[in-house]
Amino acid sequence: MASASTQEVFSRPDAPPLGAGSESGFDVERVRRDFPILHQQVHGKPLVYLDNAATSQKPLAVIDAERDFYLHDSANIHRGVHELSERATHKYEEVRRKVQNLLNARETHEIVFLRGTTEALNLVANTFGRKILKPGDEVVITAMEHHSNIVPWQILRDEKEIVLKVAPISDAGELIWEEFEKLLGPRTRLVSVAHVSNVLGTINPLQRIVQAAHARDIPVLVDGAQAAPHIPIDVQALDCDFYTFSSHKVFGPTGVGALYGKTRWLEALPPYQGGGDMIRSVSFERTIYNALPYKFEAGTPNIGATMGLGAAIDYVHQIGLENIGRHEHNLLVYGTERLSAVSGLRIIGTAREKASVISFVVDGIHPHDIGTILDHEGVAIRTGHHCAEPLMHRFGVPATARASLAFYNTREEIDRLVAAVEKAKELLA
Amino acid sequence: MADLSGLYQEMILDHSKRPRNFRVLDDATSHAEGYNPLCGDRLTLYLRLDGDKISDIAFKGSGCAISTASASLLTETLKGKTRAQAETLFESFHDLVTGKGGSADSLGKLQVFSGVSEFPARVKCATLSWHTLKSALAGDPTPASTEAEDAEDQAAR
Repeated sequence: MASASTQEVFSRPDAPPLGAGSESGFDVERVRRDFPILHQQVHGKPLVYLDNAATSQKPLAVIDAERDFYLHDSANIHRGVHELSERATHKYEEVRRKVQNLLNARETHEIVFLRGTTEALNLVANTFGRKILKPGDEVVITAMEHHSNIVPWQILRDEKEIVLKVAPISDAGELIWEEFEKLLGPRTRLVSVAHVSNVLGTINPLQRIVQAAHARDIPVLVDGAQAAPHIPIDVQALDCDFYTFSSHKVFGPTGVGALYGKTRWLEALPPYQGGGDMIRSVSFERTIYNALPYKFEAGTPNIGATMGLGAAIDYVHQIGLENIGRHEHNLLVYGTERLSAVSGLRIIGTAREKASVISFVVDGIHPHDIGTILDHEGVAIRTGHHCAEPLMHRFGVPATARASLAFYNTREEIDRLVAAVEKAKELLA
Repeated sequence: MADLSGLYQEMILDHSKRPRNFRVLDDATSHAEGYNPLCGDRLTLYLRLDGDKISDIAFKGSGCAISTASASLLTETLKGKTRAQAETLFESFHDLVTGKGGSADSLGKLQVFSGVSEFPARVKCATLSWHTLKSALAGDPTPASTEAEDAEDQAAR
């Protein structure tokens, strides 16, 4: 399926032979072979999967890792003295070190395994809310947040009378810096912000946000769900206080994700859920909580999925985030150019710093109809409010169509997307 | 395999582009709002009831082709019908678009929506105006949503 043009972009005369995993080369066709699911027909047409911001597909290595665990090593962790339990525990903790390495966290115990980004954001909201926040205290978010970084704060607002402040964004979908900075006041206790917008693709200026917040002694929580698949993350360089991401958006299985928290914060915050594994000793009079990170990991986690996450991180390292970033950027530029040329089509989200997400609307056609027609052309995109209803109101649209690209997508697939949009126009406009 | 032209039939496209009875009914005796949060479809349905009879009916709002056409054809079909007839049509229409068959004959023009049953993700678009009608007939002020029937419908698929 490789088009000549796909190759031209990435092959340079001085580059070594193309191949996944080679340092400076990147062969999208070879990479695609690692993803069995991509090779199927949908409604009689080859699948074009452009819904990666909802969830990414999994390479065979990830599927094998989860399967291998259940075939050979399955046991509960941190409990048994028997061989299988020790093996499972060892492998589970190995994945924690891989996540530590992926985020460049200083300490392994700063990585807490959870169900995903949503649970991680809820954990911080819940524990920070119980321990730190008082009536009248303020939490600052932005207008481009996912519902999972809005609703937990609204729950706190209702229960603890905190104040939720929303930093506005420009028509391009960028944080309006002056307005954001104005919101940081004496009662601000936390800034909680998406690294990358799931609708607009905007990459927020995290370093600047953290510096501005820290200058006022305000900690920063980062929703990294949409950043982790695209951008190298260094929590020490960013100096953020919390960072979260989900396995299933970084080519791993569903049901697991991680929260990074600076040691002093994780120590200061109370447990989130009570149960097994999070305690050191329990009596009816007194319970002593376990050390970090286990204090926050009550109950048996999704061990199998965690094995898959480990394999996904290895896989991403093997491809190289730099290769991923370059390929996706080229696709983003190409896709933006091609879609912009479609008459009546408007791209929502035109930030200068942008990940490979393209939201759009077409005059006279509802996004839901676009989604159905594209599906019949084999093109899978997301339509709707993308769990960001306030953002839809901000741009005055009921919904958008969203094509979100991964490193296994091709220029040819973008051509198929554009052709399908033209077909929708033909049928409905 | 579901057929796209079975969904977007001429009559549906016509009603989505030029919806009938698309206005605010100033002398409405009842109205209700419908909202489908998943796709952002939003409409207000207005009824004028003379005794038991729907003497006038209209709607305003924005939505996809299926939901707009469905609301438009609903208003066309129900003008002059009784409350009981409207409720019977609701059941028949619901059966039609969820593929449960039923007595399609009584549906008349509404049969054009039979293709929707092949598109599970679009059933709610077709039924939004009908759920809103039910609220309007019941005088229910809370916005009608197609979400309540969700779990049951999803499991049935």
